[in-house]
Amino acid sequence: MPETLTKFIFGRLTLDSLPLHEPIVVGTFIVVALGGVAVLGAITYFKLWGYLWREWFTSVDHKKIGIMYMALGLVMLLRGFSDAIMMRLQQAIAFNGSEGYLNAHHYDQIFTAHGVIMIFFVAMPFVTGLMNFVVPLQIGARDVSFPFLNNFSFWMTVGGAILVMASLFVGEFARTGWLAYPPLSGINYSPDVGVDYYIWALQVAGVGTTLSGINLICTIIKMRAPGMTMMRMPIFTWTSLCTNVLIVASFPVLTAVLTLLALDRYVGTNFFTNDFGGNPMMYVNLIWIWGHPEVYILILPLFGVFSEVTSTFSGKRLFGYTSMVYATVVITILSYLVWLHHFFTMGSGASVNSFFGITTMIISIPTGAKIFNWLFTMYRGRIRFELPMMWTVAFMLTFTVGGMTGVLLAVPPADFVLHNSLFLIAHFHNVIIGGVLFGLFAGIAYWWPKAFGFKLDPFWGKVSFWCWVLGFWFAFMPLYILGLMGVTRRMRVFDDPSLQIWFVIAAFGAVLIACGIAAFLVQIFVSIRKRAELVDVTGDPWDGRTLEWSTSSPPPAYNFAFTPVIRDNDAWWDMKKAGYRRPLSGFKPIHMPSNTGTGVILAVFSVALGFGLIWYMWWLAALSFVCLIATAIGHTFNYHRDFDVPAAEVAQTEEARTTLLAAQS
Amino acid sequence: MRRSGALLLFPLAVLLSGCDLVVLAPAGDVAVQQRDLLVVSTLLMLLIIVPVMALTVLFAWRYRQSSTTATYTPDWDHSTKLELVIWAAPLLVIICLGALTWLGTHLLDPYRRIDRIEPGQPVTQNHKPLKVEVVALDWKWLFIYPDYGIASVNELAAPVNQPIDFRITSSTVMNSFYIPALAGQIYAMPAMETKLHAVINRPGTYTGFSANYSGAGFSGMRFAFHGLSDQGFADWVTQTKSAQATLNRDSYLALERPSENEPVRHYASVDPDLYGAILNLCVERGKMCMNEMMSIDAKGGLGLAGVRNTLPLQYDKLARRGAVFGNDPSYVASICTAEEAAAASRAARDADAKYWPVRDLSPLRGAGLLSPGAGSRRADAETPSLGLLRFEL
Repeated sequence: MPETLTKFIFGRLTLDSLPLHEPIVVGTFIVVALGGVAVLGAITYFKLWGYLWREWFTSVDHKKIGIMYMALGLVMLLRGFSDAIMMRLQQAIAFNGSEGYLNAHHYDQIFTAHGVIMIFFVAMPFVTGLMNFVVPLQIGARDVSFPFLNNFSFWMTVGGAILVMASLFVGEFARTGWLAYPPLSGINYSPDVGVDYYIWALQVAGVGTTLSGINLICTIIKMRAPGMTMMRMPIFTWTSLCTNVLIVASFPVLTAVLTLLALDRYVGTNFFTNDFGGNPMMYVNLIWIWGHPEVYILILPLFGVFSEVTSTFSGKRLFGYTSMVYATVVITILSYLVWLHHFFTMGSGASVNSFFGITTMIISIPTGAKIFNWLFTMYRGRIRFELPMMWTVAFMLTFTVGGMTGVLLAVPPADFVLHNSLFLIAHFHNVIIGGVLFGLFAGIAYWWPKAFGFKLDPFWGKVSFWCWVLGFWFAFMPLYILGLMGVTRRMRVFDDPSLQIWFVIAAFGAVLIACGIAAFLVQIFVSIRKRAELVDVTGDPWDGRTLEWSTSSPPPAYNFAFTPVIRDNDAWWDMKKAGYRRPLSGFKPIHMPSNTGTGVILAVFSVALGFGLIWYMWWLAALSFVCLIATAIGHTFNYHRDFDVPAAEVAQTEEARTTLLAAQS
Repeated sequence: MRRSGALLLFPLAVLLSGCDLVVLAPAGDVAVQQRDLLVVSTLLMLLIIVPVMALTVLFAWRYRQSSTTATYTPDWDHSTKLELVIWAAPLLVIICLGALTWLGTHLLDPYRRIDRIEPGQPVTQNHKPLKVEVVALDWKWLFIYPDYGIASVNELAAPVNQPIDFRITSSTVMNSFYIPALAGQIYAMPAMETKLHAVINRPGTYTGFSANYSGAGFSGMRFAFHGLSDQGFADWVTQTKSAQATLNRDSYLALERPSENEPVRHYASVDPDLYGAILNLCVERGKMCMNEMMSIDAKGGLGLAGVRNTLPLQYDKLARRGAVFGNDPSYVASICTAEEAAAASRAARDADAKYWPVRDLSPLRGAGLLSPGAGSRRADAETPSLGLLRFEL
């Protein structure tokens, strides 16, 4: 009887599920636990819980949510990068009969987790955070369309991240590769909890991503300041709009395909099984119908960042704004017509393969046009090589190489010899690091003063920049060469000793990147210490061109005391030229949304629901599902959703800024 | 400056000279053509990439803030001529590359029988293709030679300059069959068959492996591919035929169980229906073959009777089968006998072999697309045409 009871309470979870026999995991756990206890202890000691809960966790302010997204991305970057460096070390030493230091059980989880974390919990939060912070400011809005939904989306993303992190210490993660192709990810070949962690972490986070996509589309469509027609929107807002359209149109496909996989695993349907009429090829198609737009979801906003940065630091209007917009839209549409290039080798006919190969190449035309537009924005400019601009130039030199190898892989016969090889790995890291990550660092350096009121320390920023750029080339050029030597991805041990030197060089590159990450953290720390020196009172430290630079840094909760009126697509540049003066009187009460803890509570129940489903604790799943629905319904009866900032308070805030500006000049 | 650059490049050159860039220097004609396409495409793209990178560096330097001589035009943001160049230049490159892709993809379609042994040497009636049936197992490769009635594990041999017709499937999960020196890869998938046609031109021993992650033993899923002279291949066949082991349904089921880093094995004889049974997931007797199931379904299915036509599954490849809320692990019971099912798949394969038309081996005549209504100008107009002239890269 007690055994049945234990099984009922704990489902599949037993003491054996805890990796107590794995020294590496136990070591990691101890480090993470000590770090966690230290952080929690410090928060308690400094009595910060109330502050964090009131000012941050329950906040519906898009700026704070944006910053929290960035913090999440940064934390997960450390985890995802630890996985990367473990892989590089394993591959650098597993030669000449050595098994390396990781067994297959471990290594296979690590490369799966690395991919999942870097895409879903590093790149996505960073990109969403940036859009969340910047878009409302750029369009002269006071918040997003649905502020509570925004908070809820963020916490669902955190929920997904928590499930992934939990898999490190309770049970295990998937050993399938980051897209979990069946039949390997089916219940027959992956009976453990790993794939279930994968499914539910992505489902929980996927709710957040989809909702935040809807939210930002509505915001951009409905909340632009008067005078800002679509063709006067800043280019970052345009790329954000396209990205969110992609999110809303593609994430439901991911949700559906993961649901089908979950049905196969939980109730014995046969969508993707080998027998009973299942077809794994359908999964591969569906997941890439989401997966290819996903890579454009990641890169498009950063194309926007590069446009803003190039224009600002060249002191020049963006060259070819209209063609930039059309290029973005064309990429958005074409990104749905190329998914098959991820599996030319699955045996589609030559005509199908050529079609998808050629559509893929066509995407390089608008992308090429964008690169040329940035080039001609720099042409006859006055380029200030501040950090954001350095990242942009590094991007232009790095990304073109990645783009070229990408088009090469789009030629099906070339793909037949390079598919799944380390050449492919080098290619997509070349575009994701060289494009997405460099763009994020450019964006962070660019908008940091807007978020916090002081610039980032340039010295440590440059250290980080050079470590990243050199580290990238050292880490991935050897992979291109290894790919041409016919080395495939996800290998754990090697028998050809002539390969080893390249893996050692790649590992050295990974160490350089580690220094880059460390220098970035030091940069943040040093900048906070030296914030008095680096302070920017004007709110416009870079001589910016778009609306976010017209308000104070950090902006007040309501962003703009008066909604600006737009006459040109470089709105703030135009205002400055027209001799704009800040209004100093005539303030009115401002209608703002109220904070709420419902998002946090819903996410907690979602995590519990996911955890219950993963471990077959059906009581927990049922209970948390009921609570989830009840809380959601309960929240509809919450009538304290908004308030008015009194005119006096607005006046006081603006008055404080006036004093500060006067003291400055 | 230049000398230091050369000094930097020197170690790189030493490193590269020591390594075997097999993808760029393959030994089989198909892989050679794929390599050529890869190189031509890269050169085409460099036409754009090199100027862009040079301009980036040039503009970044020329228009830096500290430069006082450079022109500064803060409001210049449009030039129709430049825009035309910006869009047209990549477009032109992509048009060339697209044409090359269309031709190359059709010519190098792995399902298409090769029509040349190497440049200038077309395949003739005298070249009898070597048939090899490939099965990806957890985690090793099984190669069956139906014409010789032999099989091997983790070792593949073929005579040089003779077309090889691979038929590829998998027993459990997806793998990818790849011998870089021979030809590009193609996925191996359970209950499905993919095809690869290739030829090896230089004798030697090459590496083959799975290029798609398939589980714990994936790293060890490697095999040697021997390109042998005709005599060498005949010796290899004799040697294999003298092996002790034979491969039938029972010994296959033992072999199929997951194992890692398997040594080379030879089988002196093979059940001729085994491959068909593997492909149709019915090596276990009494299990309904996929082709049987599909043929029943094509005729309208068994209806409700089909739902009950299952038996509990006894053989487990891995720890557990069946979902927590699903039915107990089961399989669909066969209606035909194993022999009848085997005869059906044999018939299907013979029909498939007959479908292949004799290829047009006449030299290039420069005949392009037929003009509408011009009728047949070529002797073999009924041959499935590429829609374009025959073309050699």
